Amino acid sequence: MNKELMKYKFDVEMEDFANAGEASSKIKNTLRQLGMDSKIIRRIAIATYEAEINVAIHSHGGYICVYIFSNKIKIQVRDRGPGIEDIDLAMQKGFSTASDKVREMGFGAGMGLPNMKRCCDEFSIESQMGVYTELNMVIYI
Amino acid sequence: MKDYWHSVTLEPDYCNGCTYCLDRCPTQAIRIVDGKAKIISERCIDCGECLKVCPFHAKGALSDSLDALEEYKYTIALPAISLYGQFSTDYDLNKMLNTFLHLGFDDVYDIGYAAEILGNYQRKKIEESDSLKISTYCPAITRLIQINYPTLIDHIVQLESPMEVAARIVKKELIETTDLSFEEIGVFYITQCPAKITSITKPLGLERSYIDGAISIKKVYSKIIKLYEEITPEKDLLRTSSKGFNWGRVGGQSFSMGIENYLAVDGIDEVMRVLDEIELGKLNGTAFFEGYACVTGCVGGPLNVENSFIAKKNIRHLSQKCKRKENDIDLKKYPKDLLEWDQEIKPLDVMKLDQNFQKALEKMAEIEEVFQRLPKINCGACGAPTCRALAEDIVNGNASIEYCSVLMVQERRNKNEGK
Repeated sequence: MNKELMKYKFDVEMEDFANAGEASSKIKNTLRQLGMDSKIIRRIAIATYEAEINVAIHSHGGYICVYIFSNKIKIQVRDRGPGIEDIDLAMQKGFSTASDKVREMGFGAGMGLPNMKRCCDEFSIESQMGVYTELNMVIYI
Repeated sequence: MKDYWHSVTLEPDYCNGCTYCLDRCPTQAIRIVDGKAKIISERCIDCGECLKVCPFHAKGALSDSLDALEEYKYTIALPAISLYGQFSTDYDLNKMLNTFLHLGFDDVYDIGYAAEILGNYQRKKIEESDSLKISTYCPAITRLIQINYPTLIDHIVQLESPMEVAARIVKKELIETTDLSFEEIGVFYITQCPAKITSITKPLGLERSYIDGAISIKKVYSKIIKLYEEITPEKDLLRTSSKGFNWGRVGGQSFSMGIENYLAVDGIDEVMRVLDEIELGKLNGTAFFEGYACVTGCVGGPLNVENSFIAKKNIRHLSQKCKRKENDIDLKKYPKDLLEWDQEIKPLDVMKLDQNFQKALEKMAEIEEVFQRLPKINCGACGAPTCRALAEDIVNGNASIEYCSVLMVQERRNKNEGK
């Protein structure tokens, strides 16, 4: 039962805001074809989208993997550097290390991580400064 | 359940099986089968994109002819607001409306007036709501939301269209003030839009429409122009104000309501992009969204005659020069049941691969496998709009891998080269 039934992987480039949202959109269409409840699809779409934006804004690039199990969806987000110094602080609503340039584009309001957490049933985050950040999110279906 | 009716139809004799409509359809509802386009009924939202793009005029919209008037004792024309944009602005629009009395109609009701009533009511609903409200004016967009954006159904404003409100007002009034019965009165919408025609036969959010038929603007336009030269106006029929005229173009509802925090989008692809953003919660601070399948809004409808941008300019001009800035409307005269839907709409999960999740997953895995074999150039030669759609059709048993001529050529070549 622990083996995933389907896996989708999306690469996210550093600072690629224009294409962030592609993974979320593809996942949304796939889950709709699977006939999943639309409210759950929306939560997964938001979590994936926020993850894409985060990787584009803060990291040197990374990937998002979406695993479909018979009873849950797991979203794994892993990027390359710079890592998060204080995870508790990063999880606070409104806290952001995004640059002014990014904020001018309407991103970096400090709601990404709290939004992701709000959308899923299980949420974990680990990071090593200068190396990586990895998020794991689970949504039961 | 095969409970679908569409006004968009295909004339097989004209269709040569090209891929224009295939490529254009926003819900991937078209396949080319045996050299002719075929519409997958449950996916069609009647947006009319295929109609606009077909170089052979093989796509049409089912609508009535003027002969249909003979079935009724008393008939009323409800010309779409976009009709006003079909004439250069030196036309006397009251005289233009009077031509309908010579086309066989007993009376004309100005939908622009109904739009204004609805606008005032809609404004109230938006002000009372603390979340984004989505317009239901474009029925193709409402159907698109049912199919592709079911989580946004809760945001839909659930109001009837101006044509429906007009039909209700006029029928109720006639029944109260004359001996005419409901069945004896024939209300005809003079339409720019196949999706509106579908809404008459298969209404959204309503038990039944009060409109009895639809005649396309294309069918009556030349007759109107001719009669215009011959007649003297008998009645004051034009009631539209600056506000009402604007419902003919994108952004017009918001203009008519005088609200600022709105987003107006035209063209179905752009609408889909914005609906994606709305689903992600990115427009939570916006009060109102009006989206139109047609570029420029209703003046861009496929059954219009004039170029849509010129018609949009005409509408803008009419609104600006109109002396009547707004009508004095007492909303108390128009009860809720006249203006609001009486039924909830449900999501349409027509994209679902299987009722059973496990089976759907198995199919999805198969689709991925087939898709990987296909060339991913989306040429459409197989009859499906994309390689991905062909993979889905194959797994659903509606196509086979041999349909892909690119792959077949490739395999033959590989074989010849002994690979």
